[in-house]
Amino acid sequence: MKQLKVKLILNHKITGNYWHLEFESGLIARLARPGQFINIRLTDGCEPLLRRPISIHRVKASKVGIMYEVLGKGTQVLSAKQPGEFLDVIGPLGNGFTYSSAATKPVLKKNILIAGGMGVAPLVFLAEKLKLSKPLVLLGARSKKQLLCLPEFKALGCTVKLATDDGSAGFKGRVTDLLNLVLEQTEARGLFSCGPHPMLAAVARIARENKITAQLSLEEHMACGIGACLGCVVATGAGYRSVCKDGPVFFSEELIW
Amino acid sequence: MVKPKSPNLSLKIANLDLKNPVMVASGTFGYAQEFKDLIDLKKLGAIVTKTITLRGRQGNLPPRTCETPAGMLNSIGLENPGIDKFIREKLPFLKKLGIPVIVSLAAEETPDEFVTLIKKLEQHPEVSAIELNISCPNLKKDKLIAQDAQATLALVSSVRKLTGKCLIVKLSPNVTSITEIALAAQAAGADALALINTLAGMRIDVYKRTPKLGAWVGGLSGPAIRPVAVKMVWEVYSKIKIPIIGMGGIIDTESALEFFIAGAAAISVGTANFIDPGASLKIIAGIRQYMTENNMQNLSQLTGRLKACQG
Repeated sequence: MKQLKVKLILNHKITGNYWHLEFESGLIARLARPGQFINIRLTDGCEPLLRRPISIHRVKASKVGIMYEVLGKGTQVLSAKQPGEFLDVIGPLGNGFTYSSAATKPVLKKNILIAGGMGVAPLVFLAEKLKLSKPLVLLGARSKKQLLCLPEFKALGCTVKLATDDGSAGFKGRVTDLLNLVLEQTEARGLFSCGPHPMLAAVARIARENKITAQLSLEEHMACGIGACLGCVVATGAGYRSVCKDGPVFFSEELIW
Repeated sequence: MVKPKSPNLSLKIANLDLKNPVMVASGTFGYAQEFKDLIDLKKLGAIVTKTITLRGRQGNLPPRTCETPAGMLNSIGLENPGIDKFIREKLPFLKKLGIPVIVSLAAEETPDEFVTLIKKLEQHPEVSAIELNISCPNLKKDKLIAQDAQATLALVSSVRKLTGKCLIVKLSPNVTSITEIALAAQAAGADALALINTLAGMRIDVYKRTPKLGAWVGGLSGPAIRPVAVKMVWEVYSKIKIPIIGMGGIIDTESALEFFIAGAAAISVGTANFIDPGASLKIIAGIRQYMTENNMQNLSQLTGRLKACQG
């Protein structure tokens, strides 16, 4: 990890409140692994005070991309940053997804990626690493308009199935209900998921019932982002562990729900 | 033109030698190892560890942090591995840095725990000083030691007999008169006072109508509390003789200088470590520059040199 001033290349709205930002950093691009994040300082002043942790979405040569949803003051400030400006970032941080080199080759059993809403961001980076295994991607959102990164997954050769709460695209219902249906017909090698907490809890339950491993990327409010303050802990079988340093990716069986 | 002499930033607090007066505050810097890739740790004046208790502690229910206007609340609850594991797993790294290590200690149930804690640290000369954290607001106690002058006097007196190491007592701002507690700590033989710990605070999620912290309440830190801290340092400075280590919302050179002028002999950088891990090192350089520009040769020309408003 390093603290760096990086040059912003682009920062634009994708759809709704979802934004895409790219910056130049050969170092972070080289070191980053899927599931890791960067911690961004928003202002030189005191409002908002804390950095914002955002997972790495894509790495292309020396360019690093992130996606974020404008929800509060912090992400509003971030969305006002202009290309050419410099951002103070610390990264790459945390423990990402684990996959053996075998998982990157064509296999009969499927790697299944389950994304809910903004949780899609780190899974594109993961899909890129797993692309030779032709992963199956289940994308969930409230409605068709909020579905993200469909072209990116298709370009990587992934099979994509959609689920929307209102049925405006794909399966009508929760992405985890779609996962249950998919598992009736597909032999899974492992599940990889990122999204809202209730969705991750459902993925963990499904993994347990089907005796498959699931790796879940958690989201928490953080202060330091490097395991110093012990603010962003999650309950595990081995006691509280830091989401920022021990995670954000945990195997589902480690976590206590 | 004569080149101005570089100012001397060193100071001595009892038998604690500091090459500069900038430390990192307990609880905001882990055990230093966490920051090793981000800053040159050897340049710090001293490192104050996260508070250690006799037995390991799991800490409080999450969520444990929450942002506030120009600050943050925390309710970590002194999560730490316990003194034995600290000595085994954390102290060796700190020792290698070659800078003063100040170990922050707290008792969970009874003050007797300090006897065992101090005895264990006495065998480690690499521990330069001890900070008694008698003011953590996250222990779910009705009354903290630092909220009672008699209790402070009794505890610090008993600990004083056990160690020749520099003894720092960390005070709480959640009191009617911090001077009263400061005088008690001084009378009991404290070598220095650290002030202030966090201010008790709370935030509420109005949509869910729940507290934002798992422990309901926590300690407020960051720039939001700085004016409270500066005032307390100024107030205590006029009444006591032992040095003050000032802290509370220091984020840059100017905010650090406020504390020195109010009466602090040294300062600690806390919450700013989360936002800018290099803040302490920038402050060291900034103090040096300020002293050079103002023809100050040593820190005694800065500490407590507050003047009345003119006109």
